[in-house]
Amino acid sequence: MQDFGGAFSLAFSLVLSADPSLLEIILLSLRVSLSAVLLACMIGLPLGTLIAMARFRGRSVALVVLNSLMGLPPVVVGLLIYLLLSNAGPLGWLQLLYTPAAMIVAQTVLIFPIIAALSREVVEQLHTEYAEQFRSLSVPTRQAAAALLWDARYSLLTVALAGFGRAVAEVGAVIIVGGNIDHLTRVMTTAIALETSKGDLGLALALGIVLLSISLSVNAAVMALRLTSARFAYA
Amino acid sequence: MFPRNLLCLLSIALLVSPVTAAERSILLQSTTSTANSGLYNAILPQFEKETGIKVHVVAVGTGQAIKNAMNGDGDVLLVHAKPAEEKFVAEGYGVERFDVMYNDFIIVGPPTDPADTDGSRDAEAALRKIAETRSLFASRGDNSGTHKKEQALWKDTGIDPTADSGTWYRETGSGMGATLNAAVGMGAYTLTDRGTWISFRNKGDFQIVVEGDSRLFNQYGVILVNPARHPNVRKEDGQAFIDWIRGNKGQQAIADYKLDGQQLFFPNAK
Amino acid sequence: MPEAVPIRRPRQVTQSALLGEVKGLVYEAGGKRLIDAVDLNIPDDSRTIVMGPNGAGKSLLLRLMHGLLKPRAGRIVWNGRELDSRVRLEQAMVFQRPVLLRRSVAANLRFALKLRGRPADDEIDRLLEEVDLTAQANQPARLLSGGEQQRLALARALATRPRVLFLDEPTASLDPNATAAIETIVQRAHERGTKILFVTHNLGQARRLADDVVFMNQGRIEEHTPADEFFDQPKSQAAIDFLDDCLVSH
Repeated sequence: MQDFGGAFSLAFSLVLSADPSLLEIILLSLRVSLSAVLLACMIGLPLGTLIAMARFRGRSVALVVLNSLMGLPPVVVGLLIYLLLSNAGPLGWLQLLYTPAAMIVAQTVLIFPIIAALSREVVEQLHTEYAEQFRSLSVPTRQAAAALLWDARYSLLTVALAGFGRAVAEVGAVIIVGGNIDHLTRVMTTAIALETSKGDLGLALALGIVLLSISLSVNAAVMALRLTSARFAYA
Repeated sequence: MFPRNLLCLLSIALLVSPVTAAERSILLQSTTSTANSGLYNAILPQFEKETGIKVHVVAVGTGQAIKNAMNGDGDVLLVHAKPAEEKFVAEGYGVERFDVMYNDFIIVGPPTDPADTDGSRDAEAALRKIAETRSLFASRGDNSGTHKKEQALWKDTGIDPTADSGTWYRETGSGMGATLNAAVGMGAYTLTDRGTWISFRNKGDFQIVVEGDSRLFNQYGVILVNPARHPNVRKEDGQAFIDWIRGNKGQQAIADYKLDGQQLFFPNAK
Repeated sequence: MPEAVPIRRPRQVTQSALLGEVKGLVYEAGGKRLIDAVDLNIPDDSRTIVMGPNGAGKSLLLRLMHGLLKPRAGRIVWNGRELDSRVRLEQAMVFQRPVLLRRSVAANLRFALKLRGRPADDEIDRLLEEVDLTAQANQPARLLSGGEQQRLALARALATRPRVLFLDEPTASLDPNATAAIETIVQRAHERGTKILFVTHNLGQARRLADDVVFMNQGRIEEHTPADEFFDQPKSQAAIDFLDDCLVSH
């Protein structure tokens, strides 16, 4: 097995050489996971806000369900989406299996509970602060929800980041619905799994280091944004 | 509120961009042993150049590949478990099965060879020794072609190793590569196809302990998924691939693929 | 329903119409009756100051009259109309602690103006000038000083052009200068016709602003008289004690 130092230098030379197939894999990873985050936000933010603002029967049940869905195992999600998208499944006619779109769907399902549950917490906290003032101003519910989401935007960015982190790091779901097809559905994590299974642990580790660096840069960017927002007392 | 329109545009752009380019392609459900050995990377570009048909390979265990094909998720099946393949055709999931190529299985193990099997050409005797000395043995345990071969070999010895599962007999439930990693990690014997072994990069000090037994023959077959059962199967392009790989050019390409100077697969289409 | 409602004499209003009427108002929380069958008539022409010791129910009464809380029983009528969402659109409230949006000063005002359908820039400018925050227009609202924040909250309330403005101890945590600035803005709003209902602990403030005083104690209204009368000759023992305490502590 190559040593860690070897893996690091391999990671560097991979990135520096701008290996086209590596770039392809990185870009697909980002495309799939960012799309999944966007879709998950479109579902999760309204859902989280709804649960944060509404008081209804079974609310606590909904909360428990949502919180447990945060721990959905990727493999289970992958399997469910596979069964749905398979040609033998109800959505087979969409012909999405083994495409990036299927991977986006799987990751969206995987992370929208995270987005919904975490945004529920963020929005509910802000709602507690704003509720009486909003009632006094007679702010209509929709506008109140919009204002809460907007004022919580920097915290919600962190929420989206949590979702992105989970999406970009998971392998179980995308490998089942994407099939790890070279030049089509191969992403960072499935490539790492593949290199591991080929026994090329050095390359696998180098890819892992590249993935980690991407994660790190995204996190750093968001952190910088949050610090700026905190300076304006917007967070 | 977030700039909704922008988000929508962005996500649509992300979703729709590339890969939807209308190209002729087929989906090949195949095994990790063929894909991980680098065979497809070596031969498929030639086919794609000649026909303009792109081949997308899903590499999983033979068992899962067959399951996926039964669901209609694939156009062509190329695996290595003849009885299962014949059953697949007999049940109407596939059109017809053809031999494509072969290689052989080997048993690899730690250099200390605790079961004293070294140099043997008798797989049955080696397995018996492993069981008697209760030496560690890593099994795929995933219903793959290799796993089915291993089960058949154990059956010949009359020993049921799964009775000792978890002690010396360890089922990884994983692909060949993962199982080899595990075997090397814990110093266990394991059955592997030669192609995967040659291309495997994490051998450590492991060695081949049994090879050359005629029972270790490993035949690969190719099947067109039945379009009568799954109308979405791209039968012309799938058939073109089958014709090519069984034809002179495909067979020659298989014979030409070498790793570290060794030929990994031997064409034997009739 | 209340067993024996104590008979009290609402302040007689003869000359002008009533601004607000409260009848048999009851509010309970945690099994305790916090507002106990309150009747109150608020004349149209006066600034009414609500006073009373801690826990008397002053803030609760304001919130009930503004419709922020639902009473257990009783009626609330403004200008002859039952309190409902339409009536509430003509009211605004300034709280002890201003709750400002995480946006700029101007954006806070724009939010309120947009709610009432007229987010005009010159309106924002006028309001900023009104509360002397023109220079801070683009600053983050939550970085303003306490006094500035409360002035912004006041401007936001005025942005909705309320007929009735409730103020719940808006200067309780402000220094005298900041307090004076708030009082000036409130006074000007009153002169332009906005009706004022003001809760305060501050005796000096009450003297400066009050036409009438409503004195509350233990969820009931003990006195409702013209301000001079209240300060010179408080009738109830509770009011006498309260005024003594205020003098001692200030």
